[in-house]
Amino acid sequence: MTVAGLRLGRPGAIASRRSLRILEHDLLVFRRGWHSYLLSGLSQPFLYLVSMGIGLGLYVNRNGGVPGGVPYLDYIAPALLVTQAMMAGAFEAAYPIMGKIHWDKTYHAALNTPLGALDLLAGDLMWISFRATLLSLLFLLVIVLMGAAASPLVVLAVPVAVLTALAFAAPIMAFTATQTGDSGFNALFRFGITPLFLFSGTFFPIERLPLFLQPLAWITPLYHGVAAARSLSLGQVEPAGLTIHIAALVAVALAGMAAGRVTFRRRLVV
Amino acid sequence: MVRVRSEGDGGRPHGAVGHARRDAPLPKAGSNCATGGDPCRGRYHRGVRETSTKPESLIRARGLTKRFGSFTAVDGVDFDVAPGEAFGFLGPNGAGKTSTMRMIGTVSPVTSGELTVFGLDPAQHGAQIRMRLGVVPQADTLDNDLSVLENLLIYGRYFDLSWAESRRRAKELLEFVQLTERSGDKVEPLSGGMKRRLVIARSLINEPSLLLLDEPTTGLDPQARHLLWDRLYRLKQRGVTLCLTTHYMDEAEQLCDRLVVMDRARIVAEGSPRQLIDRYVTREVLELRFGRAEGETDDSAYLEGKIEGLAERIEQLPDRVLVYTADGEAAAAAAYERGLRPASILVRRSSLEDVFLSLTGRSLVD
Repeated sequence: MTVAGLRLGRPGAIASRRSLRILEHDLLVFRRGWHSYLLSGLSQPFLYLVSMGIGLGLYVNRNGGVPGGVPYLDYIAPALLVTQAMMAGAFEAAYPIMGKIHWDKTYHAALNTPLGALDLLAGDLMWISFRATLLSLLFLLVIVLMGAAASPLVVLAVPVAVLTALAFAAPIMAFTATQTGDSGFNALFRFGITPLFLFSGTFFPIERLPLFLQPLAWITPLYHGVAAARSLSLGQVEPAGLTIHIAALVAVALAGMAAGRVTFRRRLVV
Repeated sequence: MVRVRSEGDGGRPHGAVGHARRDAPLPKAGSNCATGGDPCRGRYHRGVRETSTKPESLIRARGLTKRFGSFTAVDGVDFDVAPGEAFGFLGPNGAGKTSTMRMIGTVSPVTSGELTVFGLDPAQHGAQIRMRLGVVPQADTLDNDLSVLENLLIYGRYFDLSWAESRRRAKELLEFVQLTERSGDKVEPLSGGMKRRLVIARSLINEPSLLLLDEPTTGLDPQARHLLWDRLYRLKQRGVTLCLTTHYMDEAEQLCDRLVVMDRARIVAEGSPRQLIDRYVTREVLELRFGRAEGETDDSAYLEGKIEGLAERIEQLPDRVLVYTADGEAAAAAAYERGLRPASILVRRSSLEDVFLSLTGRSLVD
């Protein structure tokens, strides 16, 4: 998907097959810790869905519920699936990439091989996609086991989640390549990612936001990811709306990759 | 051994070596080559601004320049590295050594001038060049998420080796750098010397014909340095071309057949270690240290009067006087005759360090 995504960019944006080597590297690292990934990948969705979907949902459902009258668990389950993918994408594009660029400088070691700066960018975006896919599949498993999806279309929430992860990971990777410390990330997560997590229609419809904040929600990729996944999971798909949501995510991801091409070159080829 | 002494060097101001002097034909090889054996082949006989490409040049630079904004890191340097030789860039911090190495390694674009590596243009054929290069960067850049063995394995993959071939070479290389028993360990707890050895092993995974080493032994203890030198020497024996930067004079004398001294982005001297010593300093150095009593009133003026004419070149430092002379014992005796009573006397063979200091000056470079 990432490679295809890069192909959609400007001519010459094609990542070389060498970027697969970086994916191999990341999988080699992953091989050491896959059990903990698996464990947290299953326990996190379970804890969230039980506490918020069932626990909090009891009160929400009793007090009129969310618009459309769907159970609160069904309402937030696809949203949390997408949110978790976003979190993973944002995190993986920040600290670990910073390590490779600046702290451990392993990118610099890789650049002494036939690999180029854009292979690093593409390879690590592939890895992030892989990780988001894995987490989302585990989340899907928990959703299905808990009966929190109304439609079999919920499986399509997985690619939506991966696309959302990329829509965050690509611009954040571009940003990471401009940083020399982690103070920028603290601000990014505190004032960017966390508010998005809370206010992008995840837990309540954005119509409940103050009027002046609603357009803001519209331009955030998470809102589109959540809305798309929710419509699929609830089986309430509007083709036009879904297309807009997907197009918005693709646009942000591609813009992020284009920015990353510039910042990676600027940072690593000096 | 017949020694050709360069006369008249004493009057030359420090750090200002003109091009005319640098480009003057070198003394005949054989007469003054003390390093023995191999380094005394005819390849140093560079005329003034040789322009034809030597077909055998592995690296060729003409007017090579690197600028970062308004700062010039490398200012129009010329050099050739022949296959099989050990070539060194010697210079203080900030002289432009690393920038030069990064351009050769094709990871830093050339600002202007010419550069070919294996006869290829780095701007066009970077990946092809890197395929045949081994690089030992100044920082270790090892992967702390992977084991010692895995660090080599994945690096082999970056060079398109199969997993099986990468594993075979990795094991062989761990043996070569004496790290076999640590192969399953994480990288973090390794000592500095072990990490350095691992980086060298990593740089050899693609069986490079040219190895670039940027300050390979900086920060290592003497045992670790000697082990590394031994390994580098063995590589050289196998025909690997070494190109290294260092600011350790002993390292340059140990490893390099030929070297250039860089200072403030330029090459200020070129030759074998022995040639440089013969050309820029005298055979011996007499170090005179004076206690407080000697110069209590006005030491520098007083001393100057006493030591003047003792040798072609004399350098007065705050704590001691360096007398550059062919015969240190004779100069010491002469100093005594003149009534000088230094607290301590040391006669030593001059080294590259003297060359280095005389060419690049004593002031601290940051």
